[in-house]
Amino acid sequence: MSTKLVPTPGQTVGPFYGYALPFEKDNELLAPGSPGSIRLQGTVYDGAGHTIPDAILEIWQPDAGGNVVQRTGSLVRDGYTFTGWGRGAVGNSGVFTFTTVNPGPTKPGAAPFISVALFARGLTNRLFTRIYLPEDTEALANDPLLSSLDPERRETLIARRDPDGGLTWDIRLQGEGETVFLDFQ
Amino acid sequence: MPEDITAELESEELVPPAEPKAAHQPLDKAIESQADLSAEINAIGEAYQRALKDGGLPETQPRLDYPPYRSSILRHPTKSLQHADPETIELFSPAFGHQDVHALESDLTIQHNGEPLGERIIVSGKVLDGDGRPVAGQLVEIWQANSSGRYIHKRDQHPAPIDPNFTGIGRCITGPDGSYRFTTIKPGAYPWKNHLNAWRPAHIHFSLFGTEFTQRIITQMYFPGDQLFPLDPIYQTIVDQDARDRLVATYDHTLTEPEWALGYNWDIVLTGPKRTWTENEALGAEGDEE
Repeated sequence: MSTKLVPTPGQTVGPFYGYALPFEKDNELLAPGSPGSIRLQGTVYDGAGHTIPDAILEIWQPDAGGNVVQRTGSLVRDGYTFTGWGRGAVGNSGVFTFTTVNPGPTKPGAAPFISVALFARGLTNRLFTRIYLPEDTEALANDPLLSSLDPERRETLIARRDPDGGLTWDIRLQGEGETVFLDFQ
Repeated sequence: MPEDITAELESEELVPPAEPKAAHQPLDKAIESQADLSAEINAIGEAYQRALKDGGLPETQPRLDYPPYRSSILRHPTKSLQHADPETIELFSPAFGHQDVHALESDLTIQHNGEPLGERIIVSGKVLDGDGRPVAGQLVEIWQANSSGRYIHKRDQHPAPIDPNFTGIGRCITGPDGSYRFTTIKPGAYPWKNHLNAWRPAHIHFSLFGTEFTQRIITQMYFPGDQLFPLDPIYQTIVDQDARDRLVATYDHTLTEPEWALGYNWDIVLTGPKRTWTENEALGAEGDEE
């Protein structure tokens, strides 16, 4: 097909998504405490360094073996099926939490990452970014996106490993330490 | 200042608690007027028109940096988006099916014991990708205010009546041809706190997935002929008129049902795709058809 259609514009998610988008176990890709599960957490900040109480994130990732899972059941979780996708609104203090697994590399030598879509009141269109695991430094050094970035900016995409095995990764929408956001077009 | 109070003050889209109407009479002369905001909106629009005349490319998406929408000032990235070639996971999308969404969730008028108040409408259309292929078997979510412009959300304090028979949330899974269809109530316009006498045009929020995660969007559908369009800093975050028009549904008499509901058509085009399609996908994946 040669005809290219012009995409429909996005708009802000606004302030009132809270009764519509969240659902039961939306941020639990695995049941908390189940084998291999980790906590992924972070805080969303605005350009003044204040936490944002009205942002909502989605994560989409391969399983621990690096397989892209395309299974239904995210909205009505059965507690056993890993679908690879979750949604988590931040709380009043701007903190989001997911229960998930460490994503595996999708091909040998690839740096494992979690794909993120971010929505917020005051954010006029969704933003995409990535959360890389910190461990495989060789894979990180060879990653096409990371190696295209200044060292300082590159760090905004790499999570910290917590003592409990979880991941911490913050989002800064603006200013010092501004998170790298992606354009795929 | 305690953090939660700061958050409250920053939430300028939240209107004050319901009080007698007299309490809503504007007293603060320092607050910005619609005329102030319209002047800013118009100046940005005129600058864009000049850029177009000088050979600039049309803009198809909202500006992340759009100061008339005051909440965007501290919430837009100042650095350019980094170009990335989508990789593996980004070239696929989460899957949803009839396990996730019940067929009745597409009718927002039957979620309670009684009939909601307002003008019953049907909103229907197709979800397509940038090549015109239908996005089949994918999740569509909507949410909206009731007919008097009030959201069920606990933070909406607009002193308009809550409708006990209307929540304003719907979901559906697109058909093999990418089609979706909701039965709902026409939402009302509502006030917000961007500036003095700020009103949002009536709209329905839409959340959409494609066949690749990079196609994910959340947007708003508007109704034709709304007089609030030129005044609304959120609609105007899209500076190009043709692009703005893509968010406005069309009244469609063929969708109107006799003695039942008025019909509106709105098609949504996602970006991409970037992935090389398999033959089965090109023919139209259908999700799980239970």
